[in-house]
Amino acid sequence: MERSYLIICMAIMAGVTFLIRVLPLAFFKKKIENNWVQDFFYYIPFCVLAAMTFPAVFTSTVPNGEVASAQHIVAAVVATQVALVLSWRNRGLVVVAIVAVVSAILVEAAWAFFM
Amino acid sequence: MSEFSRGIKRGMPICLGYFPVSFTFGILAVKLGFTPMVATIMALTNMASAGQMNGVQRIVENATFVSLAVTTLVVNLRYMLMSFSLTQKIERDMPWYQRVLISLGICDEMFVLASMEEKDVSFAFYAGLMTMPIVGWTVGTLCGAVASELFTPMIQGCMGMALYCMFIAIIVPEARKSRKVAAVSVLAVVLSCIFTYVPYVNVLSKGGWGMIIAAITAAAMGATIKEVKRRRRVQHSEIDTAGRQKKDYTNTISHL
Repeated sequence: MERSYLIICMAIMAGVTFLIRVLPLAFFKKKIENNWVQDFFYYIPFCVLAAMTFPAVFTSTVPNGEVASAQHIVAAVVATQVALVLSWRNRGLVVVAIVAVVSAILVEAAWAFFM
Repeated sequence: MSEFSRGIKRGMPICLGYFPVSFTFGILAVKLGFTPMVATIMALTNMASAGQMNGVQRIVENATFVSLAVTTLVVNLRYMLMSFSLTQKIERDMPWYQRVLISLGICDEMFVLASMEEKDVSFAFYAGLMTMPIVGWTVGTLCGAVASELFTPMIQGCMGMALYCMFIAIIVPEARKSRKVAAVSVLAVVLSCIFTYVPYVNVLSKGGWGMIIAAITAAAMGATIKEVKRRRRVQHSEIDTAGRQKKDYTNTISHL
């Protein structure tokens, strides 16, 4: 990773994120009335999280610099199921994440042991 | 108790909740090849889990600056809505520099707590509210990034799942409550998978464009379908009233 590229990227991230937050609060005083815009803004966080999570989550267990092997992908798919079931039962964010990660580790360990 | 310390007190649980989330971000960033210092600065200057996650992915892919800026904008668009919403909630006469300062602390959880306040939110309260979560977020990232050296690559790899699982844990309960949220989320997932796996279309996923297009398309379709239904409902109710009026009229005639 080139140093100057990284620094510019970090400045862009910080700058864009800051502008998003500051512009409405500093300049906007009216209320949003348009229904379509309200709905769009309501849906967008879920759509972004959903599109960001799938399908990336299935290769998320692959360690940095390694190829995506069946072991990692099977572990990720199993752990994703665990996360889906637990969040369906309204478990908190931290519980869902910890249990899913532990199940991924167990699947990987079992795979490494038996295969 | 002063407004500031009341804010600090309200912010403490958020701080505790942020710590493990940012811990996993720290691990993920190091896993992707960032130094703990870079990850920590990123956390402090962004205060946005999805935005940071997107950022490190894009940087690793060597994305263009435009793509990075647009993806950051889209992923963090909800903060703009929260900022809009807070304009209705903060004290009317708050000077601009105080508005700029509290805008740095617009995050999902703090926004919700501030919105739940009964009276208008003062600068002192919001400043107190945002202090501890920012500390928790930054320190958590540093701890995760430093501690990641203690784990084997296999466990580090698995921990890379944690943030995605938290996203699942945010979406699923909401999707369970609202079929509309469920529908747009599934649509976003389907589109995102198409943009990743289908040959020729998958050039889009280079630099994260597939994710943006999938999310915007799904949300826009959801909003449009709702708009169409709303208009149809208005039309129907007009027809209904017209029909009923006609009937009433005939009744009146027959009665006469």
